[in-house]
Amino acid sequence: MGGTDAKDILGLPKTPLSLTQEKKSRPQKESHRKPDGISREVYALTGGVAPLMPSIDVTHLKRPPPHDEKVAWQWLPVKSSARKDDLQLYHWVRVVNDVPPTGDYSFAKYNKSVDVLKYTDDEYENHLTDPVSVWTKEETDQLFELCERFDLRFTVIADRFPLSRTVEELKDRYYSVTRALLRARAQSPAELANHPLIKEPYDMTRDRERKRALSMVLSQSRHQEKKDAEILAEAKRITEMRLAARRAAEPDVPANENIGSVSPSSNSQLPATAVAPSTLTMADYASTLASLRMLHVYLRTYGLEQMVQAASSAVGLRTIKRVEQTLQDLGVNLKPKVPTKTVCDEHLELRKEILTLLNLQKQYKESEGSSHREGTYAAMPDTPKDRVFASEPFSFGAERPIKKEPKRKGPGRRSDTPSPAHKRPRKLKASDL
Amino acid sequence: MEDSNVERFSASTPKPRIGIDGGDDNKNWRRRVNGVEVSVPIVCGSIAFFRGKKAKEYRTHNWTVYVRGATNEDLGVVIRKVIFHLHPSFKSPTRVVDSPPFTLSECGWGEFKIDITIFFHADACERKLELSHLLKLNPEIYSGPQSPNVPVVTESYNEIVFPDPFECFLSRVINHPAVHVPKLPEGFNLPPPGDAGDESYYKMKKGDTKDHPLSHWFSKFSEADELFKLTATRQKVYAACLPFVQADIAELKRQLVMVDVQPEQF
Repeated sequence: MGGTDAKDILGLPKTPLSLTQEKKSRPQKESHRKPDGISREVYALTGGVAPLMPSIDVTHLKRPPPHDEKVAWQWLPVKSSARKDDLQLYHWVRVVNDVPPTGDYSFAKYNKSVDVLKYTDDEYENHLTDPVSVWTKEETDQLFELCERFDLRFTVIADRFPLSRTVEELKDRYYSVTRALLRARAQSPAELANHPLIKEPYDMTRDRERKRALSMVLSQSRHQEKKDAEILAEAKRITEMRLAARRAAEPDVPANENIGSVSPSSNSQLPATAVAPSTLTMADYASTLASLRMLHVYLRTYGLEQMVQAASSAVGLRTIKRVEQTLQDLGVNLKPKVPTKTVCDEHLELRKEILTLLNLQKQYKESEGSSHREGTYAAMPDTPKDRVFASEPFSFGAERPIKKEPKRKGPGRRSDTPSPAHKRPRKLKASDL
Repeated sequence: MEDSNVERFSASTPKPRIGIDGGDDNKNWRRRVNGVEVSVPIVCGSIAFFRGKKAKEYRTHNWTVYVRGATNEDLGVVIRKVIFHLHPSFKSPTRVVDSPPFTLSECGWGEFKIDITIFFHADACERKLELSHLLKLNPEIYSGPQSPNVPVVTESYNEIVFPDPFECFLSRVINHPAVHVPKLPEGFNLPPPGDAGDESYYKMKKGDTKDHPLSHWFSKFSEADELFKLTATRQKVYAACLPFVQADIAELKRQLVMVDVQPEQF
């Protein structure tokens, strides 16, 4: 048969015995019977297979109505406890066996209202006068009347309040008045301790801040959202690793490292991004080592994976792929075949060095595009410590002609250096890495 | 960062010291030694023979899966038992091997991933370690019908690392050939093994795999080649960057000249 010849050419095993064990169990034959009670199309929607657990007892479906009941629908007047006036309303009512249903209107229980406190004039003078004297008694009275009428729906109240006041101001006034009233009326302070208004008093500025932050989040662009999410994830990871490192290093000291909450506003920069990535990676390594030590036992390959991850944490996926591609081009196994301690250490160092190199190449390409025309050298002197390598595109092993651009030669150029760098790349800052 | 030391980061461990990291109790026998890393080189692998004429539909290969010392030494000094989790189609797929050599032989037809759980002696570590091995019965590249005399061998090297071993464990294993302990610094005193020096951890039966019937199929793993390749590559990367460093120095000198300052020798 042609099949075996093809396999021979391709070098595939011909024996049918090389099937993986997983293939042995075949999927269950589909049952063609449908249960009674639901139509065929509906049953097909569920995939044509009976559910693993009985979701609905079949007898519940399409029960014919019991024969002894006589159901009729009648247009009847209705009484509701929620209505305080005498308005007579009608609606359709399901009447069984000529007996109309008893009891209150079923939705009356949802008619809840808020308990707005009422103060006397005396109480007002003693406790409730506004110290800042923005609120007069009439205004406060009006406010409370509106609060009662509209069940503390402050947006509605703000709309109807005769003087223009913000929602936060109204809330502030209402809550502080109620709080003062509660305190004044309470027999002992203890019984108030659990009252929600006392436990968590309304703070106008916080409310304003909260609303402002919300509106900023709402108006964030998608790009900003993504960036914020990345930064938050990064910060979380760093916190955890630092926590692990602290706990491992000082078992007696309670680890209360707190990076602090990050406000997802588009303007503020997270301190982590300002920290030079080189020091960030040092912390990563230390934390990874600490968390490995906490395991008390681990496989060398696992340890190397973790360290590689730590090294790659600060860079993007594309850079990681480029590092791996470089390793492959150089003929180095991505995962060492003989992972001894020395081999793993060397492997890690090699990865780091390739990473640095790739970064510099990228920078050189970028700076070549931007400062190429200017013909000037970068202004500030910088310390040699920051620059590991200048950048220049090159390839491994092959001899490449050095690019020389005549217009790049400026005055004072030292011609005795064999350096192929014909232009000054811009100063590398640590934050560029 | 806490320390302003910007020295090249190396993965070498800090100076050894006896850490008071003993967990709940500070008794001597629970004290950990920080900075001395105990490692056990192991090889996890499988050897599969085609049964040839005796092969049936569901019993085509005899195979053995194992965890052995990389130099075939007795792992029983560190490992208490090994559990091999076979494919559920095997009868009682959870196979426990509680004495060295930690091997398991079976007969089957399919390839699958075997999960391996390693349990250590109490003084070594209370946690277990998980790894897995893909059982291969057929050669990667087809080269004719399989011979029952030439097995398919799949091995992978790894090391079990104890980053901060217990004192008692360290003193017990420090001279055992299966265990690699780095050179301890001068004046570092370990308490003697004590009652753990008796042969209770060493079975009467030989636990090493030096004379195992399959031992001549075992591969030898040497780090030399890989290490050589890595160091050579690092040198290549470094060399490729040298021109830039020279250009850097040249540029700095030039800048200093421009600013009328005597250029220093870098």
